[in-house]
Amino acid sequence: MAFARSIHHLHPLPPVSNTRGLKPSPLFLGSIRPDSHTHTITRSSVSVSSSAQRRSAVAANVSDVKTKPAANLLVTKEEGLEVYEDLILGRVFEDMCAQMYYRGKMFGFVHLYNGQEAVSSGFIKLLKQGDSVVSTYRDHVHALSKGVPARAVMSELFGKTTGCCRGQGGSMHMFSAEHNVLGGFAFIGEGIPVATGAAFTSKYKREVLKEDCDDVTLAFFGDGTANNGQFFECLNMAALWKLPIIFVVENNLWAIGMSHLRATSDPEIWKKGPAFGMPGVHVDGMDVLKVREVAKEAIGRARRGEGPTLVECETYRFRGHSLADPDELRDPDEKARYAARDPITQFKKYLIENKLASEAELKAIEKKIDEVVEDAVEFADESPAPSRSQLLENVFADPRGFGIGPDGRYRCEDPKFTEGTAQV
Amino acid sequence: MWGILRQKVGDTGLSPQGLGNQMLRLRPATSAVRDYSAATKEMTVRDALNSALDEEMAADPNVYVMGEEVGEYQGAYKITKGLLDKFGPERVVDTPITEAGFAGIGVGSAYHGLRPVIEFMTFNFSMQAIDHVINSAAKSNYMSAGQINVPIVFRGPNGPAAGVGAQHSQCYGAWYGSVPGLKVLVPYSSEDARGLLKAAIRDPDPVVFLENELLYGESFPVSAEALDSSFTLPIGKAKIEREGKDVTITAFSKMVGYALKAAEILEKEGINAEVINLRSIRPLDRATINASVRKTNRLVTVEEGFPQHGIGAEICASVVEDSFGYLDAPVERIAGADVPTPYAANLERMAFPQIEDIVRAVKRACYRSV
Repeated sequence: MAFARSIHHLHPLPPVSNTRGLKPSPLFLGSIRPDSHTHTITRSSVSVSSSAQRRSAVAANVSDVKTKPAANLLVTKEEGLEVYEDLILGRVFEDMCAQMYYRGKMFGFVHLYNGQEAVSSGFIKLLKQGDSVVSTYRDHVHALSKGVPARAVMSELFGKTTGCCRGQGGSMHMFSAEHNVLGGFAFIGEGIPVATGAAFTSKYKREVLKEDCDDVTLAFFGDGTANNGQFFECLNMAALWKLPIIFVVENNLWAIGMSHLRATSDPEIWKKGPAFGMPGVHVDGMDVLKVREVAKEAIGRARRGEGPTLVECETYRFRGHSLADPDELRDPDEKARYAARDPITQFKKYLIENKLASEAELKAIEKKIDEVVEDAVEFADESPAPSRSQLLENVFADPRGFGIGPDGRYRCEDPKFTEGTAQV
Repeated sequence: MWGILRQKVGDTGLSPQGLGNQMLRLRPATSAVRDYSAATKEMTVRDALNSALDEEMAADPNVYVMGEEVGEYQGAYKITKGLLDKFGPERVVDTPITEAGFAGIGVGSAYHGLRPVIEFMTFNFSMQAIDHVINSAAKSNYMSAGQINVPIVFRGPNGPAAGVGAQHSQCYGAWYGSVPGLKVLVPYSSEDARGLLKAAIRDPDPVVFLENELLYGESFPVSAEALDSSFTLPIGKAKIEREGKDVTITAFSKMVGYALKAAEILEKEGINAEVINLRSIRPLDRATINASVRKTNRLVTVEEGFPQHGIGAEICASVVEDSFGYLDAPVERIAGADVPTPYAANLERMAFPQIEDIVRAVKRACYRSV
């Protein structure tokens, strides 16, 4: 319901005409928007994301909550610590990847997620194991948030046989059937139809197979992808068939060296949602709590069978596109502005100011994560490289092909195949 | 008529996993089919495909069909006729014109265990979705190290029809046949169509199923065994359609019919040709082809696709690698002309192999003409 209103009163971005031309409007980028510097979210200084519209309506009615301040907050202590731990894991892991890359332990294309952790933690920590996540090449942290062990991801990056894909996938192709991480795709936009298909499966299971299935799928992709044809094809089909999918745009304003404003006729990506018949929401992707609120609503919609949502998260990557990117085109001022909005610092401040956690508890978490990541590196280091025989493995699930049975004989030559005893 | 050799597949030296290592120890090929009861029924390829889809969808609720015009229009070429009424719109899904989108949706649903049959109205349109066929379907089992397999079938008409112009006439056998992780099947007769499509749907890996529009209406005799709902043909095995001793002709899809007719003409001139229906481009049945060449010592490959890097090129290389000493003449390759397909009827006729071309090439291979 909230989203139905939010389509119209979405957020106070300036009218589109201000954002034409190459010079980014400071209001649009949010970097000097007064509310974006509000690091604490209290009821009085409710910031202007879509969820705020809803909350301000609710706040007027809730008068008895004043006596229990903790209940106003958006997370419980438990949830807060879980989210904080996930944020720290993402950051420390990626920093370690950079170190390992420069030491030659990791190679090829490595794309790091520093600065965008709020989006991953904000969304993925609300999912169940049965829900699916589909990502791009910037997928390490999505896999970690979904539950793939740090050891497995690090080994995969080192190309060892103990990696989550036995070293055969690599940085850009993280798959985990157990945790429903469906990749890891190098081509931008490639994951979106795959995610739409996973959502299609949920619907198919409910309607055709009559199973109890309310699994949702999250598709993560960037601002550059929002101009790609497959994206629009899937917005159309997801809305048409009311698929339980959330399209999460991680708008970090840059596609390698191509500024979003130079590449896009209408830079406000959230608007593309209503054009296809689904709600479009814009949220401050540097603030994990705001992301979490929007995510709750969107995931709830999808689970109830109300269809897809397009969520545009305004975020920023502190490092270059990949470790090979010299990152010369981005304005250092812009980087500094976003660094000041570091999601981890913001959330830490929130937790402490709202007495959800003490400095010591947070430090303990940071220490624990340091140990986890170092253990992951050690494990990966000591793991063996894949054996030579692994080269030809896993090309097919059934290398013989269906028509040949397990005993090597053709199924159609089994005299009993017509009696249904041929094993299918 | 048929020499029936009942040999277990295991004896032919084919290792279950190595797709590349099969040529090392060749034994005489088995005839890929046993002696079925005399054919009592004729069936068009279209009906064969339709019945195969019908039976597979009835047997397994995870199988569904998705594509343009597959539902209410009853299929652009009527292959999916009647399925919408039987199975409903959730299982026979009409899509908007979004190849990349719906091919990807099929792949995503296959990741989670459904068994989609994605129809491309022609395989030319698969080029809009080729990223999904190759990158997210074919490569996923490998990239995920066996965690996620993709039991999907991409099917549709392939190759030229009649007068449909350059953008609707390309053959994609060579392109898809070069990708590890895909199985590529090319049925000819109704029995092929039924058996291979059923095997493809039940197979846990991505299968590209290349049909031929002009064959849809052709009738072939089918045995009672082929009509059984459990009938499947082995993937990766060629069929020797006609046994011979002077020259081997390999062909697939519509060209098998042409090769058989050419063989009849050649018979009158004293050349006894062996015609191999490839049935499967990937895995290519190198064992059967090589065994045949070792018997006849001459090879002519026929295909409708473009000549460079085509199927014939691969077969020629395989034979040269494994059976070079047995060749008595250079391998003759017949392929489509190296031009985008022209529209004019007489030019189009020149752009694709005709029966006379096959006869001529066989005679060249037999040193009976220049």
